[in-house]
Amino acid sequence: MDSKSSACSSPNPNPTLGPSKLMLAFRFLRALSLVRRTTPASSRTCRGRRIERAAYASMAYTAGASRAWSRAVLRRLHHRARRRAVAPRRLSTTAGNRAEALRRLVPGGGGMDYCTLLEETADYIKCLSMQVELMQGIVDSASSYGP
Amino acid sequence: MSSRRSRSRQSVSTRITDEQINELISKLHAVLPEARGGDNDRVSAAKVLQETCSHIRRLHREVDDLSERLSELLDSADLNSAQAAFIRSLLM
Repeated sequence: MDSKSSACSSPNPNPTLGPSKLMLAFRFLRALSLVRRTTPASSRTCRGRRIERAAYASMAYTAGASRAWSRAVLRRLHHRARRRAVAPRRLSTTAGNRAEALRRLVPGGGGMDYCTLLEETADYIKCLSMQVELMQGIVDSASSYGP
Repeated sequence: MSSRRSRSRQSVSTRITDEQINELISKLHAVLPEARGGDNDRVSAAKVLQETCSHIRRLHREVDDLSERLSELLDSADLNSAQAAFIRSLLM
């Protein structure tokens, strides 16, 4: 019998490309329109923060509930009790305290075992990169259309 | 599939093998932008983790900066047409 640890199996074999990119774009652009409508032009800092939150929200919703990091992001956004703070650190004793710095950077990283942390990190980076690409693309388009 | 299994001396309940961890580290390394040479076989795990952290911090900063830029652009009336053009480009 194949003795694969369940902690290391990948539940999501599909790469996050193609349709996900489009979903991400729609979500984010819709959020942008909302921010534009509901935030006065005078409060630019406030707008910036709201756009940033919209970015992480779009990312997390597009990734779905199957990822620990996206669930952590949505939890954090909905509670908004702390700003960009660290998830409560529950150091898992089985995998040790390895990669402490990484745990602080990946949403929900504090409560994950080492294997899960590595998997989640790879997915988080892919989604983050996609989000950055999207935002850069919008900025570029807007710049070329500018007055 | 390698015949070496369960070299881990950790508790029986987790059975995380060094092989599995190496595999995950390799996958992580593959996602990072810098691909040093062609030999990705024995990449130091510590190095990969370090580069991963730098990469994530860089991405967070980019989201931050781009959010600011977008907040400035929101005022421009041309954003709507830019958005439409952008979506069209995605669909092609």
